[in-house]
Amino acid sequence: MHDLLERAIEQATHRGAGYADARIVENQSESLLMRDGIMEVLDSAEDHGFGIRVLVDGSWGFASSHDLRPAEFERVTEQAIRIAKASALVPGGKVDLGSAVASRGSYVTPVRIDPFEVPLDQKIAVLAAADAGLSRAAGVRVREVNLVFIREKRWFANSDGARTEQTIIETGGGMVATAVGEGEVQTRSYPTSFGRQQLTAGWEAVEGWDLPGNAERIGNEAVALLSAERCPSGTTDLILSGDQVALQIHESCGHPIELDRVFGTEAAYAGTSFLTTEKLGTFRYGSEQVNITADSVRPSGLGTFGWDDEGVPAQSTPIVRNGLFIGYLMSRETATRIGLQTNGCMRASGWNRIPLIRMTNVSLEPGEWSLPDLIADTEDGIYMETNRSWSIDDRRYNFQFGTEVGYQIKDGKLGRLYRNPTYTGITPEFWNSCDAVCGLSDWRMWGTPNCGKGQPSQIAHTGHGAAPARFRRVRVGIHQ
Amino acid sequence: MIGEDQAKRLAEQALELCLPDRAEVALKANASQLTRFAENTVHQNVLESDARVNIRIFQGERVGSAMTNRLDPAGLAAAVQKARLYASQSAADPYLPALIRQTPPAALHSFDPETANHSPEARAEAVGELCRRAAGGGLRASGAFRVAAEEMAAANSEGTFSYHAGTTADFQTVVMADGSSGWAHAAHWKAGEISVPDLGQEAIRKAVDGRGARSFEPQTLTVVLDPYATADLVAMLNLVGMGAQSVIKGQSWMLDRVGKQAMSEAVSIWDDGRDPEGLPMVFDCEGVPKRHLDIVRNGVVRGPVFDGKTAKRLGAASTGHALSPFLPPLARGFGPLAMNLRMAAGDAATEELIASTEKGLYITRFHYTRTVHPRDCVVTGMTRDGVFLIERGRLAYPIKDLRFTQSYVGALNTVERIGSETRLLSDDFIGMSVRAPAIKIKEFRFTGATA
Repeated sequence: MHDLLERAIEQATHRGAGYADARIVENQSESLLMRDGIMEVLDSAEDHGFGIRVLVDGSWGFASSHDLRPAEFERVTEQAIRIAKASALVPGGKVDLGSAVASRGSYVTPVRIDPFEVPLDQKIAVLAAADAGLSRAAGVRVREVNLVFIREKRWFANSDGARTEQTIIETGGGMVATAVGEGEVQTRSYPTSFGRQQLTAGWEAVEGWDLPGNAERIGNEAVALLSAERCPSGTTDLILSGDQVALQIHESCGHPIELDRVFGTEAAYAGTSFLTTEKLGTFRYGSEQVNITADSVRPSGLGTFGWDDEGVPAQSTPIVRNGLFIGYLMSRETATRIGLQTNGCMRASGWNRIPLIRMTNVSLEPGEWSLPDLIADTEDGIYMETNRSWSIDDRRYNFQFGTEVGYQIKDGKLGRLYRNPTYTGITPEFWNSCDAVCGLSDWRMWGTPNCGKGQPSQIAHTGHGAAPARFRRVRVGIHQ
Repeated sequence: MIGEDQAKRLAEQALELCLPDRAEVALKANASQLTRFAENTVHQNVLESDARVNIRIFQGERVGSAMTNRLDPAGLAAAVQKARLYASQSAADPYLPALIRQTPPAALHSFDPETANHSPEARAEAVGELCRRAAGGGLRASGAFRVAAEEMAAANSEGTFSYHAGTTADFQTVVMADGSSGWAHAAHWKAGEISVPDLGQEAIRKAVDGRGARSFEPQTLTVVLDPYATADLVAMLNLVGMGAQSVIKGQSWMLDRVGKQAMSEAVSIWDDGRDPEGLPMVFDCEGVPKRHLDIVRNGVVRGPVFDGKTAKRLGAASTGHALSPFLPPLARGFGPLAMNLRMAAGDAATEELIASTEKGLYITRFHYTRTVHPRDCVVTGMTRDGVFLIERGRLAYPIKDLRFTQSYVGALNTVERIGSETRLLSDDFIGMSVRAPAIKIKEFRFTGATA
């Protein structure tokens, strides 16, 4: 594969490219969905192709094709050159990529059990067992259990001399119980919402989640929510579950630290960022308890890999330390603009997309509390678990999130069940109100396999390590 | 472009490999180009060429499917083998629909060679002119200009074969000043029908008029929505409940409303893949022809859209809305969706909607809208790219963006007037298009502000 890439890069540089990189990507996936005991989805997808990105006269061009024949590489490389020259017709500052990147090597996601080697009947048996558990919860209207397995091979080369090869393996799974009452519908999900939890891991992840063992419980919770009291409106102390903290990090920290957003290059679509460059090293993003790290090395994170799609090695970057904002997610081009080195966050969703700055694993570092102690320490508040809706403005400043379930906290104990819980806030005010983060025993790596960005749209898979955390004086219960 | 003959040959080849099993083949080929600009310069400029097939093999009531973009004989054979394996190991599905035996829909011309061959130089020229105008006014332009040619084919072992080729052009821009911004967006199947200078001027005017925005206390009040904001209402109603799967799951806003007056009499919404003023697509991936289908007629809810499976489960007929298997897995979870939506125009100019408002807000568009609760389609989101206070029938001054939490069904039940002009908008995630007018809504609830 590297021969094809090298020839394309040679052609591009011969035709005037000051820089070129090229990728071949082969993606294989398997999806299974059982709904109400019926095998609704049982399919596979195989997808391959290549893309070449060139820099001509300081402007970018990119072209891609699914056809891996040598003649198509030649044709597509010519197109990329032509497109870059067209970009140069609308002049801006010339792109400077900074230091050369010439990584070499190979990487494979470490897995204990290759999910593609697990027999299909064993996978279906897990779905059936979980479905049976859900069906034991009287009153559940719709039962859904799913598994997803992905293997993606990527070959990369650039004109700096980089040659890398990596295989990323992902395993996802989850279940949803939907209960329907008079004018009301409620869902409960496990391990987290939007269908599934997902990790760079093998079949061992499915075994660890124990979907069958949790099915009846979440079914019963969905039914109980139908008759639960509506989440009261007001201002109160809020404890978020680990998976909801993960979503909070993703939306209100992960996106605003993308340096391309800061520079306005996503303005027309996803938006910009309130974390402008003069805030780096000076802005109090959160309280002393808030420590956030971006890395691509932690085991099982969806942002874990060998190299990013510019060939930059996986690494770890402090983003927030004791509340102070000190780091961005960067590419070669954007890091150079602020006099830094890239920290390897350029990721493309496939062969047919350019790499963009994407989250790797953006995680809240664990604190020292346990969840029971944190609840016991809270006199009056609400505990919210598992995201149901999420909305945030184009600068990642004003947000409103909803969760599947809430519980009253009264005198240090969990009390009444609440349905339709929501909370809202302003990002730095919210993180500055954080006074406690739970420790390693409650800390998990969560996967977000549905992060949208870019035009044409790209769906990225990102990781977020998180534990439950407490936030003081938060506005809750925003209803229509 | 692979052409109809080649598409038919590929489909027949795949179906033959599936024998003796019954099978269904969907094929998609596309060539798309997108020029993206920001800060008054082109920063991303891309081209993609792809072709792929999805094969579904049926064994009794069991089905398995496989997709590939390896279209050589070995690639097709591998996909067929995988689909057959899955079908053999799957469980019986009592709601599996029969393969259709239908005459292909009549062809509808929506392929524009000039759009298919639109050059990166031509897009750079159009974008460059806007960037120069913005820079000249001390503004910053960003956006995207996309053109695409797409072919779809659907075939099955009952002998059905349908083919459609179409083009799409889409231009959108945000122009930013310090503390304000403006937006413009339009789509058409002919790039020549999109006026980049006019759209640029629209966004520039909003950005300039929006300077000096003031804070505003969130409250419930009248709003006049540009077509961009109206389109969000229609699109969210689609995603949250126009499909039969959401009805089956008990999550649709249509539940308990079918046949009833749930919206103002002036509100009519329909789906029509044969609308030449939309982005036509005349059949779905199961080969079922599309037609005009009322979703809401004069405020009365008519019912959801169906694919073969949901139709069989609910005792209805497919309306030709099976979701494309070529969409990202995330999108495929929606089940059947309307893809060519249109809301009926009224008789008023946008200026008249504003002039008839004693106090209210004039809103350009909504941002990051998400469902808070599906049964009434309660949605939260932010305003973006231009919000203006209306006082005594005139735009008084710009205000800072607000957060709302509002039932979209409830909002469309207090529509007072509708604009006479419509705008066609498309998204590149699931390929849905919406043609919508400006509307005036009596009551809309704002729940938060960014101080």
